[in-house]
Amino acid sequence: MNVKQIIASTVAKHLNEGEIVNLGIGIPTLVTDYLHDDSSIYIHSENGILGVAPVPEEQEPDFDLVNAGKIPVGINEGASFFDSADSFAMIRGGHVDVAVIGALEVDEKGRIANWSVPGKNVLGVGGAMDLVEGVGRVIIATTHTTKDGLPKIVEHAHYPLTSQRSVDLIITELATFRVKEQQLILSELAEGVTIEEVKRKTTAKFIIELTESIEEISVS
Amino acid sequence: MKKLITKEQVIPLIQNGHTVMVGGFGLTGAPLTLIEMLGDSPVKELTVISNNLGEPGKGLGKLLVQKKIKKAIGSFFTSNIDAVKASQAGELEVELLPQGTMAEAIRAGGAGVGAIYIKASVDTLLSEEKEMRVIGDSKYVFQEALKADVAIIKAYKCDTLGNLIYRKSARNFNPPMATAAKVVIAEVEEIVEVGQLTPDEIVTPHLYVNYVVLHRKEGA
Repeated sequence: MNVKQIIASTVAKHLNEGEIVNLGIGIPTLVTDYLHDDSSIYIHSENGILGVAPVPEEQEPDFDLVNAGKIPVGINEGASFFDSADSFAMIRGGHVDVAVIGALEVDEKGRIANWSVPGKNVLGVGGAMDLVEGVGRVIIATTHTTKDGLPKIVEHAHYPLTSQRSVDLIITELATFRVKEQQLILSELAEGVTIEEVKRKTTAKFIIELTESIEEISVS
Repeated sequence: MKKLITKEQVIPLIQNGHTVMVGGFGLTGAPLTLIEMLGDSPVKELTVISNNLGEPGKGLGKLLVQKKIKKAIGSFFTSNIDAVKASQAGELEVELLPQGTMAEAIRAGGAGVGAIYIKASVDTLLSEEKEMRVIGDSKYVFQEALKADVAIIKAYKCDTLGNLIYRKSARNFNPPMATAAKVVIAEVEEIVEVGQLTPDEIVTPHLYVNYVVLHRKEGA
């Protein structure tokens, strides 16, 4: 598995059966590849789909059926379509259990920055703020460092915050952090990763409470 | 069909300085034929309300290159580098809204509601200059309803009365926009006789639709 696949498959392990899960653009959209066929997890897409599935093999992509990243997807049985106003009413109204989204940075209180990079060619907020304010659990799926190797889990965010709300879980290819009372807790390490490596690549303060089994921490 | 009009009849409906809502999430569900028609019109100084500004040279991206757009209200323009550059150069005024705030403000505009209060963007850079209000134990940001002179939208089929149905996730912003403008022009792929769309499947009732333009999909 590549880095993105490691992150997406770890996210899938942290979802509970029966949950309604919104997937943001980028790595989060890969999560559908790691849900088993008879899973009762339903994927919500901000552009008006409940019941997103991977595109079935041998099926022509349909550009009227895309995910939040504008990439063609499939749907599972029982799926429904609705307009953007209804879609965000579901998000704001607390009807979506989990959001899996990317982040540019996470600060040591577990708050994220993921919409604005001053001075760069970025001009958009999309549905990120609505999701962080509206859903029950927020899971961040991100690489541990930037392309240049700089930490993304930092003491203070350099970029504008998406919300004052702390997220619930931060999942990278190296580790998983829980956020409790605005404090980061290192709870899992990926295979072959040491605490020292995570410390070296993380500038935010965190405490260490490694969990034996994923089941124990998948309920927030 | 009384509401069916041609390009020559569309062009005078959209005038200099108009505020125009344009349906679509990226290019999915965008009224590309109607946008092409505007490209051939001398119209300019438009304020466009749309989730995105197309892609470089595609959809609304075309009108942007033609300098017909003075201001854009939407949630995500990063996918069109031309829009980002035009904004940085001061050639395009941009108002970024969280996607759900935008969708709900449009729904409010169409429903005779003056304004809404929403949590998304509270205590962020995006709401710095906006009015805030505490309701219960949460903070909310004030957002005026959005309305337009004209809405150009994309539907799948209409009947000869102007009732609309949509296809898959191409629905997105089109139904709420159909309610929020003085003049609504729908681009459709097929026109059927009244009675061929069942009352149960109609999403946008004909009272919202002023005009229809027919554009069959290639190969259909």
